[in-house]
Amino acid sequence: MTIPGFPDAAPLAGLIGGILIGLSAAVMLLGMGRIAGVSGIFAKATGVGGSGITRGGAWAFVLGLPLGALIVAIVTGGVDAQFAGFGPIVVAGVLVGIGTRLGSGCTSGHGVCGVSRLSARSIVATVTFMIAGIVTVAVMNAMGMEVLK
Amino acid sequence: MSSKILTPLAAGTLFGAGLTIGGMTDPARVRGFLDIFGDWDPTLAFVMGGAVIVMAIAWRIVPRMVEPLFAEKFHIPDRSDLTPSLIGGSALFGVGWGIAGLCPGPGIAALVIEPTLAATFVVSMFAGMLILRLFERN
Repeated sequence: MTIPGFPDAAPLAGLIGGILIGLSAAVMLLGMGRIAGVSGIFAKATGVGGSGITRGGAWAFVLGLPLGALIVAIVTGGVDAQFAGFGPIVVAGVLVGIGTRLGSGCTSGHGVCGVSRLSARSIVATVTFMIAGIVTVAVMNAMGMEVLK
Repeated sequence: MSSKILTPLAAGTLFGAGLTIGGMTDPARVRGFLDIFGDWDPTLAFVMGGAVIVMAIAWRIVPRMVEPLFAEKFHIPDRSDLTPSLIGGSALFGVGWGIAGLCPGPGIAALVIEPTLAATFVVSMFAGMLILRLFERN
């Protein structure tokens, strides 16, 4: 399935993936009583702070992420991914680490869990990181910076 | 294993599968979504939309439950203050997201797709969290 004018978009795969992410967050909420915020859970697992989930529970969730990706890669026979180079990845990773802790969440905690319950903080956070991401890509493109290998 | 481990393991696995099916483990697709002034790829909007719709239903179920299925109580964030940390932190995160097309979930999930670069991202993200933690202590 494609959208006229956007031949590269994958709306159906996106929607199915999104529904699975929503179900995952619903399992965490209704099963554990917790927000499925990946940055907070990762911080808890690695011991740099984070959510109130138990350390073992945090590690179980974190290890599940690549496990789920691996299952999809095996079933579909491989997954395409075009990554940035080493330098941009390091800079981006540090900014994501600082920013998500300072801002109390990322795309999952704020963008999915918070927005879906109309939390004012999460809506402000989501609008902010969306605008920052859009401006960053626009500026990099204007400067001719190609980071993807 | 107890339900307190199996439940987050199942949730993480479902999350990682959803990210991968939705194309979010491909930084080119994520940056394509952010590139609204260029060759825009709307796929991420469908991922977000699908996830938000399911979670909006889940939030409606919470008030009808006395307690979570496998835990003692619900832990729902109750803050509503819009602070400089929230906005500044989210802006920094957005810049990082835009540079490499990776946020925490896809970065960790992609460890099995592009191991070296995904690990570089995850370690850098941990370093960023640690830097902030040390900074906040002083």
